[in-house]
Amino acid sequence: MFSISLTRDDWSLHRKGAIDQARHMQKVKEAIKQNLADIVSEQSIITSDGKKLVRVPIRTLEEYRFRFDPNSYPQVGQGEGGSKVGDVIGRVGPGQGPGQGKQAGDQPGIDYYEAELTVEELGQLIFEDLELPNLEEKRLRELESEAVRFTDIRKHGPFANLDKKRTIRENIKRNAKRGNPRFGELKNDDLRFKTWERDVKRESNAVVIAMMDVSGSMGTFEKYISRAFYYWMVRFLRTRYDHVEIRFIAHHTEAKEVTEEEFFTRGESGGTRASSAYQLALQMIEERFDPESWNIYPFHFSDGDNWPSDNDLCRRLAEQLIERSNQFGYGEIRQGRYAYQSTLMHTLERINSPKLVTVTISDKTDVYPALRRFFGPEAREVARV
Amino acid sequence: MSKMTPAQLAQLEARIAEVWEVGTRLGLRPFPTHFEVVPATVMYEIGAYGMPGRFSHWTHGKAYQVQKTLYDYGLSKIYELVINANPCHAFLLDTNTVLQNTLVVAHVMAHSDFFANNAYFARTSRRMLDTVSLNAERIERYEFEHGEAEVERLLDAVLSIQEHVDLYASEEEDEPADTPPARQPKPYDDLWRYDRSAERRSPESPPRRSRRRPAEPSRDLLGFIRDHSPILDDWERDVVSIVRAEMQYFIPQIQTKVLNEGWASYWHARIMRELDLSADEHLEFARLHAAILQPSPRRLNPYYLGYQMLLDIERRHGERHLFEVREVENDISLIRNYLTRELVDELDLYLYERQGDELVIVDKDWEAVRERLIGELGGNQTPVILVEDGDYEGNLELYLRHSWDGRKLDLDWAEKTMEHIYRLWGRRVWLETRADDESRLVLSYHPREGHKQHR
Repeated sequence: MFSISLTRDDWSLHRKGAIDQARHMQKVKEAIKQNLADIVSEQSIITSDGKKLVRVPIRTLEEYRFRFDPNSYPQVGQGEGGSKVGDVIGRVGPGQGPGQGKQAGDQPGIDYYEAELTVEELGQLIFEDLELPNLEEKRLRELESEAVRFTDIRKHGPFANLDKKRTIRENIKRNAKRGNPRFGELKNDDLRFKTWERDVKRESNAVVIAMMDVSGSMGTFEKYISRAFYYWMVRFLRTRYDHVEIRFIAHHTEAKEVTEEEFFTRGESGGTRASSAYQLALQMIEERFDPESWNIYPFHFSDGDNWPSDNDLCRRLAEQLIERSNQFGYGEIRQGRYAYQSTLMHTLERINSPKLVTVTISDKTDVYPALRRFFGPEAREVARV
Repeated sequence: MSKMTPAQLAQLEARIAEVWEVGTRLGLRPFPTHFEVVPATVMYEIGAYGMPGRFSHWTHGKAYQVQKTLYDYGLSKIYELVINANPCHAFLLDTNTVLQNTLVVAHVMAHSDFFANNAYFARTSRRMLDTVSLNAERIERYEFEHGEAEVERLLDAVLSIQEHVDLYASEEEDEPADTPPARQPKPYDDLWRYDRSAERRSPESPPRRSRRRPAEPSRDLLGFIRDHSPILDDWERDVVSIVRAEMQYFIPQIQTKVLNEGWASYWHARIMRELDLSADEHLEFARLHAAILQPSPRRLNPYYLGYQMLLDIERRHGERHLFEVREVENDISLIRNYLTRELVDELDLYLYERQGDELVIVDKDWEAVRERLIGELGGNQTPVILVEDGDYEGNLELYLRHSWDGRKLDLDWAEKTMEHIYRLWGRRVWLETRADDESRLVLSYHPREGHKQHR
């Protein structure tokens, strides 16, 4: 019988831990998906630059067991000598209640699991089964690329494209055949021209027109919800489609096209005339996005508090918009207000078209369902009717 | 960090022989011990599973991830991993220096001696390495036969009460021979429930002694569920049995954490001092030793407490007495028998709690510290849950009682755990505890009616 021994084996194929770790990560993802409604409207994400890591608490992965109330009893610690009653030995972050904080912490009662994800990973989970509904193969648009590729040499062409080096070489070659290798007595036969090819790309085109009410009646909450929705919509479109154009329109009584940055940061005031936005959207379509070759998706977010005198015009313009669009999405943010106070929703609901999709949002957690209603599998069912 | 070269391996092998010679001369009697040099990934995997080859479950994956992250960020380094078995099996990190691994070897030798000689380990299986692999194979087969999701749900439930086994429960049930055979559940049992409770109240019919009611309240919740659950299939009972057996194996390690680590630290220090080390190596050893025994303001370092207590015992009772302590004590009895007022002062032990956002020292009284230590160590951090009745109300409901010791349960967690128990029992689950010293509090759970509290 041996009493001691020492070996070293090959463990390179060993990966049991990695397999169970993968299963754990899968459970983390499932848990996150169950909480997407809460996570999607998380302020720290919407206001981040998109590179941030997001910490998501996951209570469903808690390993529940019988345990003592972790915060009702003092713990034993060890000092380095000379400690007294009343000494402060550490701090916990403000707002960390019992059972909160990060997992591997060494503070009493703080032990739930937090997953760390990038906004991108989170986006993948959110966008998994979302797509632009009712996307049609429109007449293909020919996109000329800016860059021209010179690919061949010919004897004829515009003088602007003359290949001087080759021309001189041809001339010297011809002279050399006659025993006089030098440049001179240029003839047409010596001339060489570069020719080029145009790169032509074909694709189905889509444009999303994002309209947002920025009038005085839009409070902090309403603006926040619209931005949260559009934040994820823009991320979704950019992640999923290479060539979707997104145009931004902000309106109060007047509408104007704004840059993406302005759209997400600017606040205005004044009354509301939604027709101004629809008018501008129609004009945009007229000038730049022919419905024959474009899939068009207007979205509008508002608190619905439209000037009553404007409603008839709104409906007519909305009908025209819907006619030219694949889907028209309207989101109304209504917090602690009554439905009858909204005039815009009433106006739009009188339009009878399966292409009109409306949602009402009264809580932060409604943003995710709104995304799903416009872009989820359910939306595609509706649009097909 | 690079892997050990063959020359370093040879050097280590010589060192192991030296350590063994010194340790044996000083009185250690370890099991034969096999050392295996492994890469870090394997090391933290074994650390996460408790043993190589254990069954798959996402909680192991979660522990693995934590270990791996800590390691990757350089926050933790598993110095030693040793398996209680005969022969004993220990793992050394491939990226350690020869000196680091020498210290680990000395430390492991004392653990191996402790496993072989401490009374609480006398009943543990020494073939557990093989057993856990066989268990893992069976569970894998069940995954194949019943689906991974089904096995995972079952394990989620079983693992939530894995601590509730009884180390001293015998495999045979001690039931009187004349008990009637177990009643099988029938579809209309609910209907008879009222009749029977009336019957029980009448003086001429003595209360039925069902096999589902333990003669004495039992701590062995897992064993009771395995034997008496009205709903589990045979394979499910086997899974319960596997978890129970593995936990019984781990319990002595929980009971003796402070003493065992103290013993190993005491011996690695003594053995290392006897070795012929270079000046550089002496310095490296001193640094390592200090790092291992670093006291922590917020958490008890078991290495430090155990080491200091053993030094104190050696001072007061002599070296021979140490061997007696390692043979008969566990953490609780060690603290009760040997923690003195002087030692609490010397080690600067205190009680702290959270006040607002601050952690503040609230007590330095040595007896208060001792009582809290006893409450935190040796498995006492798990509430004692007793099985009172497996046929409660004559309706095969499970009645559990939390044995009150003045400490409140986390009721939120208790409710979630009761849902897991329901998965295993299939009938209403009851839990009796207290809201405080005076008032009784009874919780019940059934999916149809949710959680209820009865006062």
